[in-house]
Amino acid sequence: MKFEGKVIKYGDNVDTDVIIPARYLNTSDKKELSAHCMEDPDADFTKKVQAGDIMVAGFNFGCGSSREHAPIAIKESGISLVIAKSFARIFYRNSINIGLAILECPEAVDAIEDGHTVEADLDKGVITDKTTGKEFKTEPFPEFIQNIITNGGLVESIKNGSFK
Amino acid sequence: MCRDFCDEKEVTNFYDVGQMGIEHALLPEKGLVVCGDAVIGADSHTCTYGALGAFSTGIGSTDMACGMATGKTWFKVPSAIKFELKGSLNKYVTGKDVILHIIGMIGVDGALYRSMEFTGEGLHNLSVSDRLCMANMAIEAGAKNGIFEVDEKTLEYVKEHSKREPKVYKADDDAEYDETYVIDLSEIKPTVAFPHLPENTHTVDEIDEIKIDQVVIGSCTNGRLEDLEIAAEIMQGKKVAKNVRAIIIPATQKIYLEAMEKGYLKTFIEAGAVVSTPTCGPCLGGHMGILAEGERAVATTNRNFVGRMGHVDSEIYLASPAVAAASAITGKISEAKEVM
Repeated sequence: MKFEGKVIKYGDNVDTDVIIPARYLNTSDKKELSAHCMEDPDADFTKKVQAGDIMVAGFNFGCGSSREHAPIAIKESGISLVIAKSFARIFYRNSINIGLAILECPEAVDAIEDGHTVEADLDKGVITDKTTGKEFKTEPFPEFIQNIITNGGLVESIKNGSFK
Repeated sequence: MCRDFCDEKEVTNFYDVGQMGIEHALLPEKGLVVCGDAVIGADSHTCTYGALGAFSTGIGSTDMACGMATGKTWFKVPSAIKFELKGSLNKYVTGKDVILHIIGMIGVDGALYRSMEFTGEGLHNLSVSDRLCMANMAIEAGAKNGIFEVDEKTLEYVKEHSKREPKVYKADDDAEYDETYVIDLSEIKPTVAFPHLPENTHTVDEIDEIKIDQVVIGSCTNGRLEDLEIAAEIMQGKKVAKNVRAIIIPATQKIYLEAMEKGYLKTFIEAGAVVSTPTCGPCLGGHMGILAEGERAVATTNRNFVGRMGHVDSEIYLASPAVAAASAITGKISEAKEVM
């Protein structure tokens, strides 16, 4: 899987309450959720985000609640991939399960700046900052996680028998 | 939708209004978790049950649905950090102060992907309620789970609440740990986490005057009987400060009833606090105490993220029930000894 997009960058500890505040959790409508994505820390997010954009952030991205609304809101907003220095573990699992692509790479996060254009190859674990030309290597997912992703998430993997 | 699903699937442990409570207070109370269980729950604070010597962790709803459908899930075996507890807590210092101290020390991602193991002779001096509070906030250090070594107190609690047979696991003698911290419980002071992260901790004796608008005593972290008991002891015969809303939320119907029978609710109401039926309510900005712009709350809840309890420009200070109760009386962040 390959992605290319413009970077929107945030700092450390982006929590699930700022990704999608609880006051909007009375809906499961993906469009409605994405309309409020990141609105507290960045009121312009929904206006500036374009389909395919890549979110880049610091340590402990997605900390807090187990709500799947958080990765769903990000995915539905048009973000194709989140690159962070590290992810909170429930967010990490939820992203895989609902089909939001994520990558961990502290070096890339330090070097990539807001507005840069970035290309990422998930299979090879290679991130390229096309604005600066710098390339970063990261660990690709273990095979069984790649299988969940390529099968379209955990529910589909169970249905088609590929998750045992 | 939940009622229909539970009817259709003949779910036994469905607790509707009238029987319900905050999940992580209710499940141990109902005896649904015992030592040795492997528990997943679609709420991040599912790590609470580690207090009973269970492996217990939060997951999302897709993982939960798949776990319910297949009886299986996947885990990466975490490495562990050991917290060796010694000594015992001083009066009006609780498990909440210990876990806030620990999160302040290691940070909100200090235990990321890892297991927090609590052991040591000091553990025996902590009540099960204190342990539940501490394990509850393991997630606030990024941990996969927090787990307490099982002792007599755990077994007594489990026996009292459940008919199921506990299974006791112990750490191997040659177990390897990423890190080991020795924590002297007698040195822990009343601790508060400032906005907007649980790691922004300060001891109450070192802070300047911080005026508050609201106090919340409740939640899956601190809505148990012992929490209400300590708050009632501190608020007994006193009045909530002018311009402060004090909201008390027993975590389950049983706790609510017991707090009524023991006179705690009378104490709260006479002090000018309001008492709610069990709810997560204000903890996640749901209802019952949503903060307005610029307002400050002292809360016994577990997260103080931006906008968590209401307006983006409101502030949450996380504290123990003792600190929260004392603060309700003085109208500023205070420790119990200031009002006793």
